[in-house]
Amino acid sequence: MQVTMTVNGKEVTRDVEPRLLLVHFIRDELGLTGTHWGCDTSNCGACVLWMDGEPVKSCTVLTPMAAGREIRTVEDLEQDGVLDPIQQGFVSQHGLQCGFCTPGMMMTCRHLLDHNPDPSEHEIRVAISGQICRCTGYENIVRSVRWAAEHTTSEEVSA
Amino acid sequence: MQVPAPVEYERATSVDDAIAKLERYGPEARLIAGGHSLIPMMKLRLARPEVLIDINDLTDLAYIKREGDELRIGAMARHRDLLESHVAFEYYPIFRDAEEVIADPVVRNRGTIGGSICQADPSEDLSAAFAAVKADMVIQSSSGERIVPNPEFHRGPYTTAVGDGEMLTEVRVAIRPGCGSAYEKVERRVGDWAVTAVGACIQLDGDTITEVGIGLAAVSAQHFRSAGAEDILRGGPATEEQFAAAAAAAAEGCNPSSDQRGPADYKRHLARVLTLRALRRATARARGQEA
Ligand SMILES: Cc1cc2nc3c(=O)[nH]c(=O)nc-3n(C[C@H](O)[C@H](O)[C@H](O)COP(=O)(O)OP(=O)(O)OC[C@H]3O[C@@H](n4cnc5c(N)ncnc54)[C@H](O)[C@@H]3O)c2cc1C
Ligand code: FES
Ligand code: FES
Repeated sequence: MQVTMTVNGKEVTRDVEPRLLLVHFIRDELGLTGTHWGCDTSNCGACVLWMDGEPVKSCTVLTPMAAGREIRTVEDLEQDGVLDPIQQGFVSQHGLQCGFCTPGMMMTCRHLLDHNPDPSEHEIRVAISGQICRCTGYENIVRSVRWAAEHTTSEEVSA
Repeated sequence: MQVPAPVEYERATSVDDAIAKLERYGPEARLIAGGHSLIPMMKLRLARPEVLIDINDLTDLAYIKREGDELRIGAMARHRDLLESHVAFEYYPIFRDAEEVIADPVVRNRGTIGGSICQADPSEDLSAAFAAVKADMVIQSSSGERIVPNPEFHRGPYTTAVGDGEMLTEVRVAIRPGCGSAYEKVERRVGDWAVTAVGACIQLDGDTITEVGIGLAAVSAQHFRSAGAEDILRGGPATEEQFAAAAAAAAEGCNPSSDQRGPADYKRHLARVLTLRALRRATARARGQEA
């Protein structure tokens, strides 16, 4: 069936099988491999992107369910060579090691900061409680989000 | 990689349209709401519907409101809506207690109240919470609306009173003066299903319990409920001795099985302890001693 949706501000149309999971559509059909795919059980949160402004686990959405909706992926955080503060926070506070969980973490935490600009450590931990990081022990992820809360203007990407 | 079996997909534009589509496609068609129970089951091929009817456009069913003496929750309200609802919290804090520990925040953005109770997983937290508050379920078909009282809604694991060509549209809970409610859950880690969970709702007239509901999840209680514990408490004083007797009855009346979440005797122990805690908290709330 034909589906049309907006992805990072651009309209895309593709012919897909209705059973295609949104995470695979985004990665394999659109080549946006920033969104990761880590489990079959809706537990890990590596696949989190925004659908109509809300973080969702894209492995638990069928592609046609996203038709007509607005999708935002991690690729949309950086604008014109300028990192979003949440990205800058992960860089400066070592919020990642292997980076597998990072796109999902950043999408959830960007949303958190948009609705709660000054979250406590507890609020950050609750927000990411549906997402698994095997590397950092979460401590530096919390620091990265706090950093982003304290630095709200973006900085130039330093190569 | 787990992939659902091939399936057709359609979108419903209204409740009538959803019902018409269910009638057209017959028993192999399934409604899909948040999809957070159905899609995982389809990936595991435990569910193989031929047609999915997406009801996410029925946003007029996403309400949580007071109407007359009832709290009314539309089937398409999401877990997050119930968690954040002031009107639900005002009359029934049990729902906030439960929603804080259902799945995780991202899953709660999608999963719906209707999908949750129609899934009827034996561990579904809201089924126990709705059993405790004795909610009525509103079911619609092309011949009209019928209201099913809570104990008759759940027919067994994964089966409900919702028949072919029907959909759940609303949950109704009577607003009762002097009522307090609470939910207690033990889970292995954040976002996991309950090892055991208990909801309690108590209505007091002075120190006398005039009405009470005890709901249990994950321990195979009939209709997610302990009628035995309720019978002990109803009409008696709200005392620790009564609570202990009711908690023992709740533990005795359930039928937990051993699985990866714990052995049966541990779950039975939890059923007793959590019933006690839920009763204490519900009572404190009924007396206005706790938010
Ligand atoms: C990682 C994870 C953790 C979870 N943890 C918990 C937990 O701790 N506790 C808990 O209680 N739940 C938990 N859940 C389940 C979660 O609450 C689901 O969202 C919910 O069970 C189903 O809601 P849904 O809207 O996604 O339903 P769907 O998956 O869309 O539908 C479920 C079933 O209900 C039917 N249905 C849906 N809406 C209607 C309707 N209006 N009328 C008739 N039939 C309908 C569908 O046909 C389907 O058979 C978890 C889920 C996940 C993915
Ligand atoms: S890939 Fe979506 S939760 Fe793991
Ligand atoms: S950085 Fe490796 S999983 Fe989080």
